[in-house]
Amino acid sequence: MASLSRDDWIDQPDELYQLLVDAHQGLSPAQSRQLDASIVLLLANHIGDAGVVAEAVRAARAAATREEGARAGEGEP
Amino acid sequence: MTADLAYRRSPDQDRREPARHPVVIVGAGPVGLALAIDLRLRGVEPVVLEADTALATGSRAICYAKRSLEILDRLGVAARMVEKGVVWQIGKVFWRDRMVYQFDLLPERGHKMPAFVNLQQFHLERYLVERARELGGIDLRFGHPVTGVEPADDGARLAVDTPEGPYRLSAEWLLACDGARSLVRRALDLPFEGQVFRDRFLITDVRMAADFPPERWFWFDPPFHPGRSALLHAQPDDVWRIDLQLGWDVDPEAEVGPERVIPRLKAMLGPSRPFEIEWVSLYTFRCRRLREFRHGRVIFLGDAAHQVSPFGARGFNGGLQDADNLAWKLALVLGGAAPEALLDSYAAEREAAADENIRHSTRSTEFISPKGEASRAYRDAVLALAPDHGFARRMINSGRLSTACTYGLGDGAAGWSGGGIRPGAPCADAPLLSPTGRPAWLLERLGHGFTLLRFARDGAGAESPLPRGDGPVTLDEVVIGGRATPWVDLVDAEGLAFARYAARPGNCLLIRPDQHVAARFERCEPQAVARALRRALGEDAPARTMAGT
Repeated sequence: MASLSRDDWIDQPDELYQLLVDAHQGLSPAQSRQLDASIVLLLANHIGDAGVVAEAVRAARAAATREEGARAGEGEP
Repeated sequence: MTADLAYRRSPDQDRREPARHPVVIVGAGPVGLALAIDLRLRGVEPVVLEADTALATGSRAICYAKRSLEILDRLGVAARMVEKGVVWQIGKVFWRDRMVYQFDLLPERGHKMPAFVNLQQFHLERYLVERARELGGIDLRFGHPVTGVEPADDGARLAVDTPEGPYRLSAEWLLACDGARSLVRRALDLPFEGQVFRDRFLITDVRMAADFPPERWFWFDPPFHPGRSALLHAQPDDVWRIDLQLGWDVDPEAEVGPERVIPRLKAMLGPSRPFEIEWVSLYTFRCRRLREFRHGRVIFLGDAAHQVSPFGARGFNGGLQDADNLAWKLALVLGGAAPEALLDSYAAEREAAADENIRHSTRSTEFISPKGEASRAYRDAVLALAPDHGFARRMINSGRLSTACTYGLGDGAAGWSGGGIRPGAPCADAPLLSPTGRPAWLLERLGHGFTLLRFARDGAGAESPLPRGDGPVTLDEVVIGGRATPWVDLVDAEGLAFARYAARPGNCLLIRPDQHVAARFERCEPQAVARALRRALGEDAPARTMAGT
């Protein structure tokens, strides 16, 4: 069973980052959210393994909430 | 046309002491009536108490799924439903102004019953009342509302009111089929908890001449009802069911007035199409269930036990499977052929089924009424991707339509790793021939008592006989073969039975009276069959653990 890769696979990180950010240009907040959701769905289908997607969801949620917790002064150091 | 449901005096009203009956069913809706007929066919004579003296008004339940039709066929009313109802199997989903997805609910032939029949609930109720009266032995009491319930170790005592005054009854078993606002449930003070969806739906039945095909059409964000959803279903006699999502922030009283309803319908149907409104109602949907369906001698079925949103047609179709599951078990317990513990398996199996129905219904409702910005973004992303991406089409959830439930039969399933129909699943139908060449359906041969379904070894001689009649129940034996031989009951000329059951010659299945597979065997060994039968009868069943986990 595959698991979420933690290795670096991206050759040109700045290019990829910019690609994702630029994709939102000129979109309303609602369109922007939909765009992100569409990208997630397309990539999740490409991966095709619900376990990997679930791991990514957990990692993303941990990152997002850790940030919030840190702001609220409850986070781990 | 209308059945006689007038109040009649019962001899029980003239007794000094409350009459005691083996089985009292509260509620003569379709679940209560089906349960009464099923019990009667299994030798039990139930009393049915109903507050109303009229059939259901409006259409209410309209979509009857294949498994329900198979159950209703066993009860003797499905032929009338198929004849009167609108048979359909295609669903189409539209987003804005185009179709994005189409599904076929029965893409193969060789089944006696269609994927779905749409029919107004009052037709089904009338067929069931007529069937109950034709069978006799079912004491239907309309205009006899139950006003009080007092559970006891040996059953329940009931207070009943009538136009001629109250009377009392006593029941060994009380079966509550009295709907979402169940008096029995309230009398026992049982919590009925779950989720309410913050959305309102306008449900209308309109009469109009239209040549739309008999299909289920569902719209997300259509031009005629922007930002919301709409659903169209065909019913007999030029009646159409239309559901319009209105959102949470509308005035529920104003929205059912013709000055609001008619413009909404005209927007959908076009300004020039004449129509008549038959029924209008505004709904908020909820998904909830009782924690336990069995409380000693009081057992809950249908909407009294569980409620779902209508997307997926899992309300009545789920409730009927409750009746199908309980009737044979209670009949065996009453006849002394099975221990009371068998009834715990009713609760366990149907509570799990209710959870499955609630899960599907909740997901559909959340797709249709997204709760927050994120869920709306994903919903809209799925719809926008759907035209070009198959995976997204499969995520569109306008209601996952009711199918038969596969029960987790514990170790019954452990012996089967193959394909086909697994233990716990209902039997698939198949077109067969009698040895003399008459067409027959497999399901017509199943569902009376326990059946041992054997797939014959072609040309290998008669099967070894199993000992019969030495246990608490007799075992009916049906042998399916590839061609007519002296030991074959049904000939699988097209090979569909062998294929659907993934059966090899020599395999056999133990079938419960509700047509669900109790166990599968590679080879038919009498001891293994006897063991599986004991298990299916609830003997040596472990003590029940807490339900609702």
